[in-house]
Amino acid sequence: MIINGVAIDATFAEAFPMKATRAIITAQNEKWAMISAQAMTGFATSVIACGCEAGIERVLDPSETPDGRPGVSIMIFAMGGKGLAKQLETRAGQCVLTSPTSALFAGIDGGTRIALGKNLRYFGDGFQVGKLIDGKRYWRIPVMDGEFLAEATTGQVDAVGGGNFLVLAKSQPQALAACEAAIEEMRKIPNVIMPFPGGVVRSGSKVGSKYAALGASTNDAFCPTLKGMTKTDLSPEIESVMEIVIDGLTKEDIDKAMRVGIQAVCDLGAANGIKRISAGNYGGKLGPFHFHLQEIMA
Amino acid sequence: MSALTFTLTHKPDQRVDMSPLVCQKLAEMQPAEIAALTLQNGKRKIRVDELFDITGSDAQNIVIKSSFDKLDFIGKELDGGRITVEGDAGAYLGLGMKSGEIEVSGDVGLYAACEMKKGKLIINGNAGDFLGAALPGNKMGMKGGTILVKGSVGERAGDHMRRGNILIEGNAGDYCGSRMTAGTIAVMGHTGRHLGFAMRRGTLLLWNQPQASARFNDCGAHTLAFLPILFASFKKLNSTFSDSSAAFSRVQRYAGDMSEMGRGEILVKIS
Repeated sequence: MIINGVAIDATFAEAFPMKATRAIITAQNEKWAMISAQAMTGFATSVIACGCEAGIERVLDPSETPDGRPGVSIMIFAMGGKGLAKQLETRAGQCVLTSPTSALFAGIDGGTRIALGKNLRYFGDGFQVGKLIDGKRYWRIPVMDGEFLAEATTGQVDAVGGGNFLVLAKSQPQALAACEAAIEEMRKIPNVIMPFPGGVVRSGSKVGSKYAALGASTNDAFCPTLKGMTKTDLSPEIESVMEIVIDGLTKEDIDKAMRVGIQAVCDLGAANGIKRISAGNYGGKLGPFHFHLQEIMA
Repeated sequence: MSALTFTLTHKPDQRVDMSPLVCQKLAEMQPAEIAALTLQNGKRKIRVDELFDITGSDAQNIVIKSSFDKLDFIGKELDGGRITVEGDAGAYLGLGMKSGEIEVSGDVGLYAACEMKKGKLIINGNAGDFLGAALPGNKMGMKGGTILVKGSVGERAGDHMRRGNILIEGNAGDYCGSRMTAGTIAVMGHTGRHLGFAMRRGTLLLWNQPQASARFNDCGAHTLAFLPILFASFKKLNSTFSDSSAAFSRVQRYAGDMSEMGRGEILVKIS
């Protein structure tokens, strides 16, 4: 399959089941909601070493937030429910409770309930106040700038992590420009996050390593500087490869995000140095969810 | 199906216990069985059809017409469905109500919604003393749900209240929110003496400055983030509380009752 001069490989991306949750952070203005959201989703690019994958889903209009203030919706993904709950609580406590004027609300109504402000309330040292409004429990925790308002729980649901595609380009600037265009479109799709810095990862990995202690290592088949010394997957003109990883609430959400992302890359086309779109395929070893590139773009 | 309607044919001299006439108890009954039910009337028992004309069949939607202030225990332990009272209601309206909705077009007597657990009670007139309170000797009043009173309420509204909302468009009598453990009472009108007496936790939300009390300490003026959410939850009500002009988030906060645990609060609107 070729779209605008860009070859779409007959391969698939592999993804795996995860647990996910969503929270809504509001503040006096969008600037401070975003600062808090960025802190909460920081150091959360990969479950391999961060414990979770997190990202900003989108900015919310005041009319969409529970308290009518500007807000940001964030999502966190982890391999298990326990790990997710721990990450959520730690991050909420250190990054949102501490952030000036912030408030924290559930972003998922159904699912298994996990603690959001439920345990943070003890920071109130007995001065905290609980309020049950319309069936939802909120905690008002006195802090130095006034009150920190946090919903007691949010929902945890089954999700999919690790959807991806690779952008193969003639130069590094062209690969990055294509990925930026893709991310801009993909951020318009709900229920997904791209957890790596700016949504783009340049250090895609393969399963396993020559070092026994490591479960993953550099994807040498796609490293352009190794073209002459490993079983490469790159043609001579490819100088740079970048990857976009997607976590989503459902397989369909990731499908949609991949489609608009790949389309944005293909719109730049061969004229802008984009040669191929491929995917992280580990021979079925990584996960049960398979995203066939040509089917998605059909 | 039309609403199961009980129209009062005459006003008995003695009080009537209406507790058998709730939706869940009448759900599976035939009209003849309902007519043959007996109600306690003073010292004697009388058949339902001696007191009411009965029409309609939908037991999930009960209407009591020409009601007056001696019909007690209407909607006692109501568990789903709706009861509409056209006229006044006696004491213990919605006692221990578990879910569903009761609406009264007139006034109601003592202990309305006392020990209510869930559901919605709308009183278009005034309510007597001990609205949403605990029965004498009991320690827990209303535990959930919403009471809306469009008129004024008597003394001790929300006595021993544990959870839920009492919304009063008019005035509240003395000892409003006394011995409250938690929950919210909002009063748009004026409040009487000894507001929040022995209150442990909970919120008294006021539109007008109450009488000064040594038992509450001024914590200053604040903009509280939970108030817009609380007001948004009132949007579904047909009430002045649902007007966007009624909402505010800037309040003077008083903590008390300091002679008790002092975790309660009086929030007074700052105009």
